[in-house]
Amino acid sequence: MNNYKLLSGNEALAQGAYEAGVKFAASYPGTPATDILEYFTQFKEVDAQWAINEKVAFEVALGASFAGVRSIYSSKHVGVNVCMDPLMTATYSGINAGFVIVTGDDPGMHSSQNEQDNRLIAKFAKIPLLEPSSPAEAKKLIKLAFEISERFDTPVLFRITTRIAHTKENVEVGTRVEVNDKPFEKNPAKYVMVPANAYKKHINLEEKLIKLQEFSNNLQENSIEIKDKKLGIVCDSVSYLYVKETYPDASVLKLTMTFPFADAKIKEFASKVENIVVVEESEPFIEEHILQMGIKCKGKHYTYRVGELNPESVRDIVEGKPKTNYPKPARKPVLCPGCPHRATFVALRKTKVTVAGDIGCYTLGATPPLSALHTTVCMGSSVTIMGSLTGILGSDKAVAVIGDSTFCHSGVEGLINCAYNKVKGVIIILDNGTTAMTGAQPNPATGITAKGEQTKKLDLEKLCMACGADIVEVIDSSCSSIENKIKELTATNKLCVLIVRYSLCKMIDRTKKPAPKVIADKCKKCYMCITVDCPAIVKDENGNIKLDNNLCAGCNVCAEQCKFGALETTK
Amino acid sequence: METINILFCGTGGQGILTAAEVVALAAMYDGYHVKKSEVHGMAQRGGSVESHVRIGEKVFSPIIEAGQTDYLLSFEKGEHDRMACMLKQNGTDLFNEFVKAGKLISNPKFVNTYMLGVLAKHLSISNESWQKAMKESIKPQYLDKNIEVFMLGNKK
Repeated sequence: MNNYKLLSGNEALAQGAYEAGVKFAASYPGTPATDILEYFTQFKEVDAQWAINEKVAFEVALGASFAGVRSIYSSKHVGVNVCMDPLMTATYSGINAGFVIVTGDDPGMHSSQNEQDNRLIAKFAKIPLLEPSSPAEAKKLIKLAFEISERFDTPVLFRITTRIAHTKENVEVGTRVEVNDKPFEKNPAKYVMVPANAYKKHINLEEKLIKLQEFSNNLQENSIEIKDKKLGIVCDSVSYLYVKETYPDASVLKLTMTFPFADAKIKEFASKVENIVVVEESEPFIEEHILQMGIKCKGKHYTYRVGELNPESVRDIVEGKPKTNYPKPARKPVLCPGCPHRATFVALRKTKVTVAGDIGCYTLGATPPLSALHTTVCMGSSVTIMGSLTGILGSDKAVAVIGDSTFCHSGVEGLINCAYNKVKGVIIILDNGTTAMTGAQPNPATGITAKGEQTKKLDLEKLCMACGADIVEVIDSSCSSIENKIKELTATNKLCVLIVRYSLCKMIDRTKKPAPKVIADKCKKCYMCITVDCPAIVKDENGNIKLDNNLCAGCNVCAEQCKFGALETTK
Repeated sequence: METINILFCGTGGQGILTAAEVVALAAMYDGYHVKKSEVHGMAQRGGSVESHVRIGEKVFSPIIEAGQTDYLLSFEKGEHDRMACMLKQNGTDLFNEFVKAGKLISNPKFVNTYMLGVLAKHLSISNESWQKAMKESIKPQYLDKNIEVFMLGNKK
């Protein structure tokens, strides 16, 4: 009997890669791609590693391919920006054993700072691109990705979106087929990308792309279904499923290998249908190519470049209408009850300094009523932007806020740069000992590997001193004097690092302390307690303060705001 | 058979994702093709949570088209009102059952399983598959209590 499991797109593709004999996997956590690497950690045959950032993850995974084992890199879409440097040249050198790059794009920005379309990277970097539409297809297609990688000596870009990554469906699970390691042979012409070698490799790469296009033309996964000839829809990724749902009678060209384009298939389809409409999320990637081929087609209204598609938006696109149905505002996420960051943000709000923020849970400190985070661009940018803010506005006017994992990712370079360029200012490292935003993955400062083994633990205090910080101090996150400490350090006119440390984040440590008690008689209804933005304490319909004992973790940050003793802490 | 569309919505910590997982698994054990789609990450932080479960012979879209939901299971008033437009004209809104559950079940952690019991009355999924799915997705120490609450929701 067949063995079916309910797997997400992330799990399915990792299962497929496992069955294809993958021996090495590297990643940095990021929604929607985090659970790919997490799935690999269960297999003893796979060396699964969290890297400190995506550039490092890419290089160690590429190194494993050079060393002769099938290897896989995964990250969210913006993570690929971080590894663009090695990626753009690995396409020249090629690989040894199969190497697949998984990008988890996030149209609709469910948990991202932008919605860039990484299909464009395939064209820019000149590498083949595969796109499954569902988890079951992802499982099959990842095996093909490794075959293409080895047959054409190239990394393969494998693109999923949040909707595929986080959808579960019945997926047939099979057994692993071991692949023989490929011996590494010293070959400077291939592995040493200096101008003379790279020039030849570029010529070779252009020839490779022609062969890959022939392959794409003959690939059955680029499939033509002819039904109603009046309407021909060209689509890829999850859009294919929306098209099948909304236009079951339309003729469809499903592009699964979306680079190099299967021009012969596109021409064949165009000859068989009267009108072509392209249905694709994000950028007009396919549409522009078809137009460039001199084939008439209709694409989506530009307003549909924003956000995700869905079954009903396909109808708008076919009818040429603009997007009118924008997502309704949902409840905003907030820091977890008991989150160790809350006290710091309450303190920062009181100091009134400008806070250069970073990527992590602490972006949740930006919205009212906390409103204590004023810039967020990308991983590591808090330290560097703070350096310029203080340089121009004054050393006591701005601070940086960054988490322990993000600091290891790319904050440390900013600190070295600050020291080198004589920056005065305060960097606050919110050290909760985990990568909380993505569900609590370990990092170098945690001292635990992806597989849960003990390893060398990075000493943040020593690291910051070695980078050139003038003052490094550690304070407990439950301390009510964080505010005074921040004021004291910003007044020093020195380069300071304040590590706000909490032994365990609420994402891991679910133990609770007793909730404070509401003494209704003493409450003056000033509502200072709810300005800490905790889901456990709310104002009810009669304006009374209500504490949810199920949610409350007993951190008492709300109670500290009450000047009237209406929130009694129980020891 | 026509594809059945079930939409769960509410806020973080209400057990919505677990409930959706149980239905999806139970339907799969009965041989149906299932797609279950949700966006996680915000669930633990009190944000909105929704999960689309589609059950049929061959399911295409992972998400339910607006106005095509057969069963709407809302666990919070605001989220219920936000998602009501997803319901089919003759679809079943189980919000009243949820309100009832709040009065009937003392521990809010078990309301999701009660609602599954209610939902089960409308679906043709075997009791055996429901039990197997609960066993798969619920911690052993809470299993018996959950099955008990499921049966309570499933009564009549």
